[in-house]
Amino acid sequence: MKLGIPKEIYPHERRVAATPSTVDKIVKLGLQVIVQSGAGDTASISDAAFAEAGASIVTDAATLYREADIVMKVRAPMALPGGGHEADLLKPGATLISFIWPAQNKDLLERLAARKLNAFAMDAVPRITRAQKLDALSAMANIAGYRAVVEAAHHFGRFFPGQVTAAGRVNPAQVLVLGAGVAGLAAIAAAKALGAVVKAFDTRPVVREQVESLGAQFIEFQFNESGEGAGGYAKEMSAAYLQAEQTLIAKHAQQSDIVISTALIPGKPAPQLLTAGAVTAMAPGSVIVDMAAEQGGNCPLTERDKVVVKQGVTLIGLTDLPSRMSRQASELYAVTVLNLLKEMYTADKGLAINLEDEIQRGAIILRDGTLMWPPPPTVKPVPAAAKPAAATAAAKPAAPKSSAGNMLAALAAILLGAAGIFGPPEFLQHLTVFLLACVVGWHVIWNVSPALHTPLMSVTNAISGIIVIGGMLVLYGGGEGALALGGAAILLAAINVAGGFLVTQRMLRMFRK
Amino acid sequence: MITTIRSLAYLIASLLFILSLRGLSTQESAQRGNRYGVIGMLVAVVMTAAALLVPTDFATMPTPDWTVVGVLAGALGVGAVIGGVLASRVAMTSMPELVAMLHSFVGAAAVLVGISTYLQPGDVHAADHTAHTVEIYVGVLVGAVTFSGSIIAFGKLRAIIGSRPLLLPGRHVLNVIALTVCVALGVVFCSAEQAWPDAGAGMFDSGMPALLAMTGIALLLGIHMVMAIGGGDMPVVVSLLNSYSGWAAAAAGFMLSNDLLIITGALVGSSGAILSYIMCRAMNRSIWNVVLGGFGAEAGAKPAPGAEPAGKVTETNVNEVAESLLASRKVIVVPGYGMAVAQAQHAVKEISSLLIEKGIKVEYAIHPVAGRLPGHMNVLLAEANVSYDIVKEMDEINPHFPDTDMVLVIGANDIVNPSAETDTSSPIYGMPVLQVWKAGKVVMLKRGMAAGYAGVDNPLVYNDNTLMLFGDARKSVLAVLAALRA
Repeated sequence: MKLGIPKEIYPHERRVAATPSTVDKIVKLGLQVIVQSGAGDTASISDAAFAEAGASIVTDAATLYREADIVMKVRAPMALPGGGHEADLLKPGATLISFIWPAQNKDLLERLAARKLNAFAMDAVPRITRAQKLDALSAMANIAGYRAVVEAAHHFGRFFPGQVTAAGRVNPAQVLVLGAGVAGLAAIAAAKALGAVVKAFDTRPVVREQVESLGAQFIEFQFNESGEGAGGYAKEMSAAYLQAEQTLIAKHAQQSDIVISTALIPGKPAPQLLTAGAVTAMAPGSVIVDMAAEQGGNCPLTERDKVVVKQGVTLIGLTDLPSRMSRQASELYAVTVLNLLKEMYTADKGLAINLEDEIQRGAIILRDGTLMWPPPPTVKPVPAAAKPAAATAAAKPAAPKSSAGNMLAALAAILLGAAGIFGPPEFLQHLTVFLLACVVGWHVIWNVSPALHTPLMSVTNAISGIIVIGGMLVLYGGGEGALALGGAAILLAAINVAGGFLVTQRMLRMFRK
Repeated sequence: MITTIRSLAYLIASLLFILSLRGLSTQESAQRGNRYGVIGMLVAVVMTAAALLVPTDFATMPTPDWTVVGVLAGALGVGAVIGGVLASRVAMTSMPELVAMLHSFVGAAAVLVGISTYLQPGDVHAADHTAHTVEIYVGVLVGAVTFSGSIIAFGKLRAIIGSRPLLLPGRHVLNVIALTVCVALGVVFCSAEQAWPDAGAGMFDSGMPALLAMTGIALLLGIHMVMAIGGGDMPVVVSLLNSYSGWAAAAAGFMLSNDLLIITGALVGSSGAILSYIMCRAMNRSIWNVVLGGFGAEAGAKPAPGAEPAGKVTETNVNEVAESLLASRKVIVVPGYGMAVAQAQHAVKEISSLLIEKGIKVEYAIHPVAGRLPGHMNVLLAEANVSYDIVKEMDEINPHFPDTDMVLVIGANDIVNPSAETDTSSPIYGMPVLQVWKAGKVVMLKRGMAAGYAGVDNPLVYNDNTLMLFGDARKSVLAVLAALRA
């Protein structure tokens, strides 16, 4: 079976879907790898390096697509500049692994379906723990976030870190990051590493901790709506919410030198967080990197794929940020596609697509030309399944429990009444003391820190050695038998008292800050 | 006069005991709390002794009974010395055994006090007499169960007795029969006119044989109850016995009409009850399930299925672990019973301080039922000088696993088992666990692939981000430490 790595034809696309190291691993899986000549040039990988790793080089795309049973690439198949379409080059029945964006590319899906292909979209890999190593989107977002800071630094006419020099004092750059997803977090880390003072904004309060762990300040946004949508992505919010959000962002943008906006909502145009007014209010020389430019931008002034200066503010609308770090992006992307390949291809079984598998079911778009996308909604097994189960489990015993509790209370009341009527007065008095002490004990013990449960146990142990008093009280008057028994009781209880207190002391002395 | 002073002293002692337990709520005040307890005990013992030896009426000052004084002083002195030696010698890892043994002493003392109270001549009228005998009977019963149960718990913790639950056929029926016989003997005991049978009279016309027979049955009952409980449930059992020892002391207070004993017994009893409740909740099981369930028995019968649902286990080595530790920014250590068994806490502490020196954030995550005693791990870490600031409770640390680079699981298994959250068919489903699998990487130090106490397969070991380091915990930890230093 042959696996082909074509050269990307999208303008300015510099990435490639394999590196010598992944080629080596694919060969070890038992596949023959063919690489189109020049596929790695823009990512600084020569044909020779691919050949050395075990790939055979073919000169043109037509040959590659004719021979390959599996094709791994970066961009979704697209129209060829000289007429025709990459999708039509693919061998009928072949398997394609690449970014596909099925929601935006309906006509591409039809073309692919006509070829009776199997297609897997790297952008449709489910966001579950096991699939992290094939999460190409996160890998690319990470690179894009980093690169956004580098681009901003390039267009920003000042230092990032604050400095006090003989020639004067330099204030640190103020960076505002909108959206703390993977890209946003990468941007925070990169800006922070360059020495800037970083603030970050996100509608999802849960990311606060991640933002703060990177040393940035989290901008609190109080509004009665959580931005957390399915799969850990943000969701779309109401109009009033958006307006409140814009006001807050405008205020912080005005104090910032650099704004990096990464806010995206899956399947929707990007939210307009930075209004034209907010841009005008920024100091001349400021830089905005709008990483959402491909989805319409977070700022209406951004122009897609261009760097423009408006009202003295540089607006960067580049959409090929990962591709601008083609070597790094290729390395990471190649590993994620390889990992997806490994999910379905093994040396002994060959290609075996398993639709029971959550990852493959999520990523598959076409199966022998039949549309498989979107996958049936998987019920999130952990919380969703657990919660109803727990709820019913809690609800069911609750009812009998309370009736049992009532019965117990009634029983206790009857017993108490009986004791009061038939028991000697002294007994009732003791019972009062006993029950009050139980209540006091109950309240005092709940305050004990769990870390001190062992000392608590040994100290209560020592205290229960109070039975030594009992031993002492029976010494007199019961004859020799009682004296002997009482003496033995005192001995045992004294061991308890001394041992319990001493060992508690020993333990407590060890607890230190 | 002296009785008034004694009553006052008892009031003071009771208050001191309450303050003592209150002091234990934080680490800062805990030592003070312990001192309150000591003072309270001293006050109680000294004043009781004084009231015994100094007659109520100063005018007729008879010489004290020197035999009594001798027995009292001797028993107190010898007991204190033995207790002191035990307490200063015991290793922190053997703390559960010591606690269990001390519980048995309280139980035994309660039995002895009960029997000797019965030997006291009494000229009480009928109603009081019945109440009194019931008090004695109950006190001896609870004491005997506490005594034998604690002895068995001690044996299990010491591994003198196998930790596998012993499940006799029809064990619930056996328990019910034993209790019924106890109640029947109690009726005989309370209605008996005299302690010992006259010559020629029936055996059970008198109280003592019934009392002794019941003591024997109660001892067997205690043995049977604890034998049926598996090793991993020991935290619950030990706290339950702690509670019993309190109730036994309270019962002794009832029979002796001594409020101090009642108050103290009730304090200890409720303390143990709360601890048992906390432990049960931490295992998501009811107290009945622990006491009557014989949990872990069916798991013991099928060791094989652990091998099957398998996936691939990724093994690692000491150097890799050391490298990834150094490459991490945040590390969480999860200690379990295995660390206590291997006595690895000092070496673990060395590793954590080394990492902290290098600027890596290290925290410890403690599951409430890790170890064989509530709070067992905290004590071991404290012994190894780990600052309690970085030792975190489960609820406190669970949200932090996702931003942790590496988790070291040392000799723990069930408490980090993800199937407790995901697999409804798992016997430990619903038990709150430490969510270590959310961290970047998990290294499990284990002796082998054996399942944990609950006998449940742990899918964590098959996770892609879980690496296994097999071997004795102490040796592995020392090797990692050496590699870190190299």
